[in-house]
Parts: sequence; C-alpha cells; structure tokens
Amino acid sequence: MHRTLQITAGSVILKDNLPVNQVNSCFEADPEAVTALPRHLRLTSNQDLGPEVPPEDVLGAYCHPEIYPLVLTNKTQEIFNCRIDEDVTDEQPYKLIRKEDIFSDFENRAAVSDFYPVKKIIQEYPGDELLLVYDKDFKYGLNFYLIGTEEGKENYLNPPEVPEEQEECKEHIPEDTYIYKPPISKPWVSLGSEKEIEEESVKKSTKEITYMISRKRSEFGAPVKFSDQNASSVKDAYIECTAYPDKNFTLKQLERDVGMQVVPKIKDTSTQTRWTYPKNATTQYYPREFSEEEKEALGQSKTLTEFLNNVSISVEIALQQNEIMNTFINDWKSLAEEEGTFGDKTDTHLKEYQSFTDLHNLTEKMITCVSWHPFIYGLIAVSVAVRLSFEERVHFSGKLLLQPSLILFWSFSDPIQPQLMLESPDDIFCFQFCPSDPNIIAGGCINGQIVMWDITAHADRIENIKAGGSRSKNVTLKPMFLLEPETNTEAMYIRHCAVSSIENGHRKAITDIHWLPDTFEINRLGSVFENRSGISCQLVTCSADCTICFWDIRPQKALTPQPPTEKKKEESIEVPFDVPSTFLHLNLSWKPLSKIRLSKGETTLDHCPTKLSLSEGSLLYKAQDKMLAQSKAMKAGEMNPYQNLEGGLGNHLKPIDDFCTKFFVGTEEGEVIYTDWKMERDPETGRFMTKKPLSLYTVHDGGVHTVQRSPFYKDIILTVGGWNVAIWKEGIMTGPLLQSSCAPKRYTSGHWSLTRPGVFYIGREDGYIDIWDLLEKTHEPAQSQNICITMITYIKPWTFSAKQQFIAIADYYGTLHILEIPWTLSHPSTNEVSSISHYFEREVKHLEYVEQRKKIREEEKKEMEMEKKKVETYQKSKEQLEAKLKMDYESYLELEKNILINLGLIKVEETMSNMEMI
Amino acid sequence: MVVNAEGIPIRTTLDNSTTVQYAGLLHQLTMKAKSTVRDIDPQNDLTFLRIRSKKHEIMVAPDKEYLLIAIQNPCE
Repeated sequence: MHRTLQITAGSVILKDNLPVNQVNSCFEADPEAVTALPRHLRLTSNQDLGPEVPPEDVLGAYCHPEIYPLVLTNKTQEIFNCRIDEDVTDEQPYKLIRKEDIFSDFENRAAVSDFYPVKKIIQEYPGDELLLVYDKDFKYGLNFYLIGTEEGKENYLNPPEVPEEQEECKEHIPEDTYIYKPPISKPWVSLGSEKEIEEESVKKSTKEITYMISRKRSEFGAPVKFSDQNASSVKDAYIECTAYPDKNFTLKQLERDVGMQVVPKIKDTSTQTRWTYPKNATTQYYPREFSEEEKEALGQSKTLTEFLNNVSISVEIALQQNEIMNTFINDWKSLAEEEGTFGDKTDTHLKEYQSFTDLHNLTEKMITCVSWHPFIYGLIAVSVAVRLSFEERVHFSGKLLLQPSLILFWSFSDPIQPQLMLESPDDIFCFQFCPSDPNIIAGGCINGQIVMWDITAHADRIENIKAGGSRSKNVTLKPMFLLEPETNTEAMYIRHCAVSSIENGHRKAITDIHWLPDTFEINRLGSVFENRSGISCQLVTCSADCTICFWDIRPQKALTPQPPTEKKKEESIEVPFDVPSTFLHLNLSWKPLSKIRLSKGETTLDHCPTKLSLSEGSLLYKAQDKMLAQSKAMKAGEMNPYQNLEGGLGNHLKPIDDFCTKFFVGTEEGEVIYTDWKMERDPETGRFMTKKPLSLYTVHDGGVHTVQRSPFYKDIILTVGGWNVAIWKEGIMTGPLLQSSCAPKRYTSGHWSLTRPGVFYIGREDGYIDIWDLLEKTHEPAQSQNICITMITYIKPWTFSAKQQFIAIADYYGTLHILEIPWTLSHPSTNEVSSISHYFEREVKHLEYVEQRKKIREEEKKEMEMEKKKVETYQKSKEQLEAKLKMDYESYLELEKNILINLGLIKVEETMSNMEMI
Repeated sequence: MVVNAEGIPIRTTLDNSTTVQYAGLLHQLTMKAKSTVRDIDPQNDLTFLRIRSKKHEIMVAPDKEYLLIAIQNPCE
C-alpha cells in the first residue's frame, strides 16, 4: 500500500491509494509546522514513503473521523496548559479544554491559532469541553488530536474496557456505523512479480567502454594534412570479407527463355546517274554467212569429213529410234479414254424423245423425206405424201387436188402445231435445204418438177421458237374432225416460189435431189469449174425416167433467142403477192443444165436411178460451215446473194482439173453403178455423150434406196436395198467390201452414224431399227430396237451437241419419231476411226485375195482335170482284196505267238492248242 | 545442216532464212548445254542434244569445230 505525500507550497497533501470514497485529509500547515513534522514525514521530492509509518496508526486516524489531528505549538501549549511532559503526560495524555478558551484564543490570535483548522468543528461542537489528546506516538500523524464529538470523548475517557468494548464495538459497529479499518500491512509475499520486474527492467548489458583520446595541445586547431594510402599496403588497414562461391547458393540455370528475331540485312545504297535526254537507238544486223567459195572450201576440208564421220553414227541412231517408237507417249492417257466410255451409261437403247404427227390433215399420209434444219435447234422438216399407189392416185386424183401437199416444219417445243407449212403443187418425195442458205429449200415432186421455196421472210419466226406456252393456251386438243385448217393461224402456208419447167424437166417422179457444194460448178458439158459466187447454186436430180439432171438456179443467158410472145405469156402469169421473187426467173421456165441418161447399152431399157452420191459429197452441216457461209456472203457485200443471182454469171471461171466427176448411183433393180457425169466426145458420132458406167453390180434384191457416203471416209459408200446391205470403196472395182447376208425383213431405209465411223442404222419394214456396229459384228446387226408398228421410211440422225444426238425416224403412217441416241452409240471409242479404216483396208485386201484365189482356183481346176485324164485308175477286184486281208491277219498271229513264246508266258503245248483253235 | 564453230552455216538443205535462224539459236543453246555439262562434272562432255517439240525433233551433234543439226518428224 502506497501513500504519497505531496508537499506543495503551504500545504501538505496526504494521499493514499485507497478507493475514492475514503477521505483524503488535506490541511494547511504553516511553514514552521512543516519543519516540525517528524522526520519520517519529511519528504523530499518524490520519495516514497517507506514502510516506517506504522500503517496501523495511519489507518487508525482514518477509522475515526471525529479525530482531528492537531499541531500545537509551545505557545499554545502554555496557554492551554497542555504542555508536553508537564500537563500532558503518558498517564494522562488528554486534557479537557473549554470551548470558551478556544474562542478567546481565536480572538487573540486569529489565524495564528493552532485551533484555526478545526474552528468550524469547535464551533459546531455541542459540548463545552473538548478533549485534546496528546499523541505521543503520532498515531494520527500529529502531536495532538482533537476529538470532535461528545461520544468520542466519552469513548476516550472511558477506555479501560476498550478491548472488550472494542469487541463489543466491533459487533455493534456494523450495525451502527462503518468504522474505517486501516489496512494492516503484511509482510510482502513474493508472487513472482519481482522476476517480471527484473525482466522488464532495462539494464545495461554491455559494458560501457570509455575511450580516452589525447592529443598534444599544440596540435589542436592545426591544419590537417590528408594523404592517400593504399589499403592493402598497410597491414590491418582494412578487413575484408571476401566473397566465395557457396555451393548452397549456386544455381545452375537449365532453361532460359530467349527471344530471337531474324532481320534481313538491309543496306541502303544510292548512286547518282547522269540523266540525259532519251534517245531512240536502233541497230540493224544481218547474219554472218560464208560466201559460196568459202563454203565449198570448207566443205572439202578434211576436218569436216572427219567430223561428219564421227557424228553421223549417233545421229543415225537417234533418227532410227524415233522411227521405231514414240517414247514420249502417255500410256495412262490413252488407257483412260477407253475406260470412260465403259463406265458410263451402259444403256444402248435409243430413247424416245418426241414424236410428231400431223393431226390436221385427214388423209393418211406417209413421210417421204426428213431433213433437220442446219442450225436451228429442234427444227425438223418433213415431207408428207399420200399413201396411195399409182392406180389409186389416178383414181382419187380429183380429191387429191384439193388437199395441199406439204412440207411441215416441226419444232421440239410444239408437238401439235407445225411451225411452217410449205405448199407444193404435188407430193414431194425428196427435198433439201440449201447448204449456203437454209432459207432456200429445193424439193423434188412426184410429177417430175423441182419446187423451190424461199422462207427468208419467215426466218425470224422459226428462229425464235420458244416453248409455246403463250400460244397454246387457248388451243386445246380437239378431235381431228373439228379442227379446220383455216382457223389455224399459227402455222402459215407458204407457197413455193418457183417450179421447174414441165416439158424440159423430168418426166417421172424425182427420186433424189442434191445441192452441189459451193466449191465447184459444172457447165453444160459436165466440166467442173471453180465456184466464185460462194454459194451453192446448182442442183442435181435423178428421177425414175432414167435421167440425171443438173440444174442451175441462176438465170440462164438464153442461148436461143426466145420468141417475144412466149416471154410475154410467161410474164403474164400472175404471181401471188406474198411469194418472194427470188426465183421468179426460174418459174416454169427452168431448164436443166445438162441431162445424163443412164442407158444400159444396146438395149433400150435404162437404169432407173433412185439415189445418188457425189464425190465431195459430204454435205453435212456443222456450225462452222454456217459461219463460213455467212462470212462469204458478207464478203460479197450483199445480205442475201440469192437475191442477186445474175451477178455471178459473167465471171470467167477457172476450170478445176483433176476433179473426180464420178459418182455412185443406186437403181430400182438393185444395181449399184459407178459412173461419170463428164461428157466425152463420142468418136463415131462427134456428139457429146455420157460415158459408160465404170462398174455395175447387182447386189441388192430390191430397189436401192440408200446410197450414202460415210461422213468419216470420203470413199466409203453404204448402199441399202432389198434385204441386205453393202459397203463399197470408191476405186475398188471388184466388188463391195462388205455384203451382208439376207435379213429376215426387208430393209427400207438406212443412214450412217454421224459420230461413230463403224455404226450405221437400218430401218426395216416391220418398224424395227437395226443398229450395225462394224467393230462388234459384221455379219449381223449389233442391236435391234422396235420403234413403231409400220415400215420405217426414212432415218436421219443429227448432232446438236456432244451430249445430245437425235435420230429422226419416219414411218409409213406419217409419224415422225425423235429418239435420243445413247452415249455408247454416239461417242466413238479411241482410235475407232483408224480401226475402221484398218478394217476396210483388210477387206480390200481380202477382196484382192479372193480375186487371186479365184484365179488360183481356176488354175487348179484346170490342173485337176488334166490329172484326171492322165492318171488311170486301177481297180482291184473284191476277192483279191479279201485274200490279201486274210494273209495279213495270219502273219499277224504268227508274230503274236513268237512274242509270247519269247516272253515265256505261253507254253509250247498251249500254243499247239491255240493253233488248233484257230 | 552443218554449222561451224561460230554459228555460220556451211551446208544446208533448208532455205536460207530458216537455216540462219536455226544455226544462230542452236549454236548458242549447244554452247550453253556444253558449259552446263562441264560445270557439273569437268570430266564430262556433251555428245548429243535432242530437243523434242510438238511438231518435230531437233537433233544436234556437237564437235570441236562443227555442229550437225538434223530436224525430224517423229512418226506419231
């Protein structure tokens, strides 16, 4: 328990660390009194009170609040007769002092009085006498104390029973008052706090070192001299801690991220050139050459000869190598092409595409000729004729006159309505588009006339044919008998614009008509000339009256002056206004250029030609030809050269020499004639006559209706007639290369395939089409397909594109079937052309061989007959033959016996029995 | 045709202008070919040069002083 005693100026404060409700006594003391304080109370600054003050007394002072410690001076003691050790002794430490005395003291000494601090208490003291106790032991801190209450006084005065009283007081005290019990000091028990204090206290651990540095006094303040010194030179001038590699801290870097960039080396340089003005410069050179003398000199030199000797060997080898084989051939490519065709559609059938029938006309008609338009896609022209024999025609002639004979133009887009209808005076049996201008059509009539049409006016109509959706909306399929031809406003009737002269032309039906190609012309004598007009202007026809005529469509210069009256007559013929006047000059006055009569020699019977085929007769159209024709027309400077045909006549034409004027003719009797149209001078009569035919073969059993050149080979001709087919080669006079055997049905039409050299189509009279493939089979058709129920009258294939190839088949009942040719039939295999040509060559050789064999056979036959006569036959009689046989047999048996004996198989005894058996 | 070492034709079966053209061009080509072969292997030397084109084949036989050029149409 600590107590602090604070001494401030003029006051002494005794503080105790007791809880607040304890009274801290504070009293004033004059300076003198301060010195009177007992020693143990005299405090220096901030010195703690030691345990010298008995805590009991101090406590006691505070347990009794009525006790007021006082300091009485000697003077005061004298006044109140309480002088220490005189009046107040140990036996009687107290003294009763009257209150009045105190008051008088107060009056006398005022503030100096010792009783001044307790003045208030004295004044309030109810009694008269106050007890003043001498505190010898300084129980209450001062030498005297005053008891402030009567009770306290009485308690003090009556103290002998204090312990008992105290015990009784103790029992009573808690009931009555709280008596302060000062804390009793006990000996300090260490609870370990002194250790904490020791730990916490800061003590100087290090021994303080003191340095004493002394210097000579004279040196104080003297200037300092600094100098350098190497640390290593002086011993112990420095202490170093060298670094050493510590293994614990060394790291071996195993990975490192490094970035790299490649940078091109760039170097900038610059130069400066002097730019002068640009100047054109030219050089001219000629090659160095030796003069002739030099060349010769060199040529003679030895070195050259040596060189040539050395080198020529290798060059020869190289040349020969090339001749033997082409080493650079790509085998894979040639393989692949063949594979391609096999892998593709294996369908070999002709597929039905479309069919056209004329529904308007009432009579039964058959189609006689079919021709595709050269360049308009899907346009096909068909000539129809009445299906009547000659007698019937005569019978019904009146009726027939009323019905127009037509050439119908069909388009793929419109199967019901023909696009155009060309009118002709009589039935047309054959017609052809002009190769130079497809708007000109020439047809051969049944009455022997040639009919010409010009459809340039309607060309745009047929060129712009589209799927007739808008047109055919209103047109519904009405039955045939309701449809009237007059209401048909779509298809127009186009009248012919020229017909040939009746008297001068053919007498009988024209069976074939061809345009001559635009490369040559023929004059009246049959000589061939160059064609400068660039158009086809000549026709050739053959008819049943055994003549072949050449016609020219250009106006003829009249060789004989015609009487003017006849001219007028012709001019007065009215021409309908809508007919173009292209061939007006020909109309009804057209004469053939020359006529060839196919006579059979001495007899009056002549050949009736049915078909012809001219050399250079490849009159098939391709798109390029159209362009050529157009370009030629443009070069001539005219839109349509046919409009101005007179211009071409006046030219002097250059004759073409070495032109083959021979051609093939097929006749009604089944003969194939190879003849010449050039007229020769008959030595006897001096007139120009037709030559005799060069070769004549009767190959077919019926009329030849197809004579056609192959589109691939200029000299291979196909002839179809009767029941068989023959293939000819021009120039081979011995016979046909191939002649088929008789077919079960009659062949009625035929045509080469346009794209495959070994394929041709034959139509039969039962409506079947036979497709022959010479690479597959040569003795019979490769395929046979049924098209219609009746006889096929005409076959015409046509190619529109590489993928689309059509074949038009016309039948006897007037229906035109369009079929699509499959891939296999339209695409040739590789080397097919060469294979077929090889085949034909082989056939030619075969023919030659046959010829030779014939000769050999004849010779052999002769020899055989000779031998027969020479050699006598010796006839053996029958019995002699038998005897001879028996003798042979016996000799054989003996031989057998001998062998067996030798072998040891048979014993001699047995052999005897064997002999007997025989 | 026979051409000398400098490319001047000596003997020929073709017409003049063609000869001159062939001689000049082929002479240069032969020199180039020869130097190429020599560069690759100095022990080697050009013995024959054949150029095959679509239409024909040109054969060149070189020598120290002269050049023999032949033009052939292969059979195919």
